[in-house]
Amino acid sequence: MKRDSTHRNATGGGISAALKSVALENADGSLISARGLVKTFGQLRAVDGIDFSVGKGEAFGLLGPNGAGKSTAMRMVASVSKRTGGELSILGMDPSLRGPDIRAHLGVVPQEDNLDLEISVRENLVVYGRYFGLPFSYLRPKAEELIDFAQLREKAREKVDNLSGGMKRRLTIARALVNEPDILLLDEPTTGLDPQARHVLWDRLFRLKEAGVTLVITTHYMDEAEQLCDRLVVMDRGHIMAEGTPASLIREHSSREVVELRFGSGRNEGTAAAISAAGLLGEGDRVEVLPDRLLVYTQEGEATLARVVASGQRPITSLVRRSSLEDVFLRLTGRSLVE
Amino acid sequence: MRGVYAGRPHAVLHRSFVALKTSNWFIIVTGFFEPLFYLLSFGLGLGGLIGAVTGPDGRPVSYAAFIAPALLATSAMNGAIYDATWNIFFKMRFAKLYDAMVATSLGTLDIALGEIAFALLRGLAYATAFTAVMYAMGLVHSAWGLLCIPAALVVAFGFAACGMAVTSYMKTFQQMDWITFILLPMFLFSATFYPITVYPEAIQILVRALPLWHGIALMRGLALGPPGPELLWDLLYFGVMIVIGLFVTARRLERLFMR
Ligand SMILES: Nc1ncnc2c1ncn2[C@@H]1O[C@H](COP(=O)(O)OP(=O)(O)O)[C@@H](O)[C@H]1O
Ligand SMILES: [Mg+2]
Repeated sequence: MKRDSTHRNATGGGISAALKSVALENADGSLISARGLVKTFGQLRAVDGIDFSVGKGEAFGLLGPNGAGKSTAMRMVASVSKRTGGELSILGMDPSLRGPDIRAHLGVVPQEDNLDLEISVRENLVVYGRYFGLPFSYLRPKAEELIDFAQLREKAREKVDNLSGGMKRRLTIARALVNEPDILLLDEPTTGLDPQARHVLWDRLFRLKEAGVTLVITTHYMDEAEQLCDRLVVMDRGHIMAEGTPASLIREHSSREVVELRFGSGRNEGTAAAISAAGLLGEGDRVEVLPDRLLVYTQEGEATLARVVASGQRPITSLVRRSSLEDVFLRLTGRSLVE
Repeated sequence: MRGVYAGRPHAVLHRSFVALKTSNWFIIVTGFFEPLFYLLSFGLGLGGLIGAVTGPDGRPVSYAAFIAPALLATSAMNGAIYDATWNIFFKMRFAKLYDAMVATSLGTLDIALGEIAFALLRGLAYATAFTAVMYAMGLVHSAWGLLCIPAALVVAFGFAACGMAVTSYMKTFQQMDWITFILLPMFLFSATFYPITVYPEAIQILVRALPLWHGIALMRGLALGPPGPELLWDLLYFGVMIVIGLFVTARRLERLFMR
């Protein structure tokens, strides 16, 4: 449903920008390449030796719970944070030597909005463009184009302080596009927004993806990762736990289907043991106990549920569904994403 | 240099001018009147009791003409310091402005220069207006007097650069109050209202170490004339302040916003 509606909207107009042809790339043809990348804060190894690379036109995701090191990794790629160790090459340049040159080609949407609250929406776009050394003759029409892209036409003269959270987020994304970046870095672009605002934002991001902009997105929303990312890594405690497309991650790290069973608090643990012991599971199936429910990872959900019920167990509620990224996530990080 | 300077401080300065129209003009204008009130009350009021005092070249000058260059240096300092301390403190600790700037192709030295340039422009504006008042009141005795304006630019630059550098270390409002607390005695004791020779030798050395004293000596030399070569030392003093202030500010911006 979501996916269909966003695709429909994506055809109308939109930003011509970000289409500039790219000559800048790493020796291996990628735009971002990290090898053994490390960042420490005192004793804490926030990013602890990660490898990844991002190709042109790709939508790459960093998925992980809070504190996994996503923002830290992102800030190193954005060339605003110096790495402690390892290799990092962005657009063929080393960020510790050529920060301004790299940043000239990046668009950054930080986890927390840092718009200029003292000036208007339009002024934010122009002033920010000046930081990149772009001429007013380019910036004046560009600002108007981005105001439309961010759907802020009525607010163009308004001080940013007066915008809603969703509007600010759209303006931050629009602002990141002012230099027609080769890579757009989005750190939790929709966290803290209501569902309507999230869908508007997803629509904007889809348009950029279709326009061929290379995206790097961090998120702890599974649906966001599944919808927007071609390929992603799951991070936990500074490490990469797995890498692949959303589909391949599900295939490799979860079963085809999941049966969710609730037996009421206190009874889940015992019932899980009983189900395993009674030989109700198929080859390779497994049961996981969450505080409020059991998850049975299985190839054939309906058949497994039928066997459980036939054995005399009476779940209060039961649900058979396809495996999702969330299951992969729980498997790999061993904890729920809920904060 | 390539990593810290992109040759674009004017883009940062442009941002300050765009934001200027929403700032509090009342506060900006009052900053000019403070030294003017000192000139009127002390120079004319107290000056009537004192009569003439000895100028830098040994000849007697009116008390108002004696303190006016000192207040000119003070107005250049005040304008620069107001902006480089309180406004910068707000931007560093609350506004996230520099977080946004460091993510662009600006270097930290561009940001430092752009912000300091704006602060010094405020000092320069106060000083220029004050120089006009001095001319109108007949307090400029030297043909070199007009050079007070470029000299004010140098003085304001030094204070703005060091003011921003110091502010970058401040974490609380209480710490910020210390800056005000230090500036007041410096204003009162930098041979502002009487010649430095009233102090015993040891105290003189102390006063000569203060930046405002050098600003005052510079302005007095230019306004009452004729300026001697010793003014080059005063200029050098500010040259050092400017270089150190800029360097430290750029380093601090990197420390604070590019961790
Ligand atoms: N500037 C910093 N100083 C000290 N510790 C930090 C800093 N930034 C992040 N951390 C720590 O590094 C770890 C990873 O943080 P972060 O990259 O923000 O995670 P995520 O974005 O995945 O939630 C956390 O434990 C966080 O507290
Ligand atoms: Mg984060």
